[in-house]
Amino acid sequence: MMDDSVHKNRLYAEDVTIGYDRRVISTGLSVAIPDGAFTVIVGANACGKSTLLRALARLLKPSAGRVVLDGKTIADYPAREVARRLGLLPQSSIAPDGITVADLVARGRYPHQSFLQQWSDADESAVIEAMAATRITELSHRAVDELSGGQRQRVWIAMVLAQQTPILLLDEPTTYLDITHQIELMELLSALNRDGKTVTAVLHDLNQACRYGTHLIAMRDGAVIAEGAPRDIVTAELVEAVFGLSCVIIDDPIAHTPLVIPRGLPAMSITS
Amino acid sequence: MSAPAQASVFGYRVSAFGGKLSGRLDLRSVAVCSVLLGIALVIGLLSLASGDYAVPLGDVLKALVGQAEPSVQMVVVEWRLPRAALASLLGAALGLSGAIFQSITRNPLGSPDIIGFEAGAYSGALLVMVALGGGTLTVAFGALLGGLLSAALVYGLAWRRGVQGFRLIIVGIGVSAMLTAFNKFMLLRAQLEVAMSAAMWDAGTLNGLGLDRLALAGMILLMLVPACLLLARPMAQLEMGDDAARVLGVAAERTRILLLVLGVALIATVTATAGPIGFVALVAPQLARRLTRSAGVAMIPAAAMGAALLSAADYLAQHAFAPTQLPVGVVTISLGGLYFAWLLVAEARRQ
Repeated sequence: MMDDSVHKNRLYAEDVTIGYDRRVISTGLSVAIPDGAFTVIVGANACGKSTLLRALARLLKPSAGRVVLDGKTIADYPAREVARRLGLLPQSSIAPDGITVADLVARGRYPHQSFLQQWSDADESAVIEAMAATRITELSHRAVDELSGGQRQRVWIAMVLAQQTPILLLDEPTTYLDITHQIELMELLSALNRDGKTVTAVLHDLNQACRYGTHLIAMRDGAVIAEGAPRDIVTAELVEAVFGLSCVIIDDPIAHTPLVIPRGLPAMSITS
Repeated sequence: MSAPAQASVFGYRVSAFGGKLSGRLDLRSVAVCSVLLGIALVIGLLSLASGDYAVPLGDVLKALVGQAEPSVQMVVVEWRLPRAALASLLGAALGLSGAIFQSITRNPLGSPDIIGFEAGAYSGALLVMVALGGGTLTVAFGALLGGLLSAALVYGLAWRRGVQGFRLIIVGIGVSAMLTAFNKFMLLRAQLEVAMSAAMWDAGTLNGLGLDRLALAGMILLMLVPACLLLARPMAQLEMGDDAARVLGVAAERTRILLLVLGVALIATVTATAGPIGFVALVAPQLARRLTRSAGVAMIPAAAMGAALLSAADYLAQHAFAPTQLPVGVVTISLGGLYFAWLLVAEARRQ
């Protein structure tokens, strides 16, 4: 089912069946997260992309098959060991009332700490580094609830960075951000990837996925229908197949990646 | 042994044994906790000294180290010490229990005296007293069982693919009302002598508690409190949501169940010793949070605040209308009720 090169990757799903309660989202799904790539998972709403991400991060237990991390079934690791290798920014997290930026970012150090060692030199430098990388150092004293949406999202990313995991997963990190902050965030993720992190994000914006992703996974109805470099796989047919949207693909004049221009849907009539 | 502390945006970093022990200290929290414990201590000493038979403070201290005359010794150590010490200990237990449930529910209303766990513990204790006529230990056991059963009931009724804080609180308030009605019914049905002593206890009181009760409660708390403190870090992580906590390596559901059991055990210990003392668990964590300006509710400041509050309330209960002795629960209800009304309005606006 999977060729051998897949098994060289640090993180992959092997023939997994995943879903919630009795509702099955994906059956027999096999997919690998290529090491060192910036992978973007795209697909229509409810196609199972977030579900896949949750399974990869061990938040969801597959009812069949397995997720493999560094050659071992992920379910066999102690929770903290997984958390030292793989970080995930969930779609919704709650900032405790009145928490400061520095305190929230510091919570990303949890898997590296213990009851006796609650705050080491390594913890402090990791948090300082993470805040610098996301350019929130000046905000470190501020309360998180006072920040703008863009700033707050950078704080959450800093928290995952402070975790210092080689693999980083993000579930729709640009939701609720304006266009500038979306681009800023994508550039940040891109830079992290160039620095050697394996980055995987679920995104809605296909054009951002094409521009910043180095590896695209297109999903529909819980199955992967295409994967590869955006330039190699993004065609009008694929977009039609994934989103049911008729479009033309042109060359992005800035990044020279595929740019999706929708043709629009059949004219809708508002009056009856 | 210990390296000099360094101040930064992270507070003071302290480490010892070459970094084998390390942590962060927030100076403000340390100061607030010290002041609160100081208040509890001073009130405790005052209540050892004052009463029908006034004892000079010097003699109180002598009595505490066993150097006073036998009569003074008896008044201070055997009569007054259990009550003074229990006020602090049980207050701390209430504060801690409140912090645990408010953290689990992520809501300042999620306190064991509001969501039915205290009423459940009292039901358990009453059942043992009325039906079995049990002694101190069996009553304590009944309280624990009653608390756990009511917690399981509330948790079960509020469960819908996980437990969401606000639903737990709403269900808990309902269960609490039913259990309170059940408790009244039991008091009415009980034999007169049992009902009389149980009714005194109904409001929550520290009157007439002896050294045996102090020893028992102290021993139980000595086991429960360290277990709670071990869970303080994962508890704080859980406040960010289950997903965020789990990807950071917290076993979310297991931690929550453990915290729930410990929190119920704390409230059951208080209820079995002194009856259902209301509002301290509700108020203490929030007051402490406002003073320390910490993120979320923290266990140690909440416990320190609980100790100070219950000591102060019991001192009032003893001396405000002397020689009439009020049950301390009446005082906490009067003061806490105001806070509760304000909180309900504030929460209703927030929802």
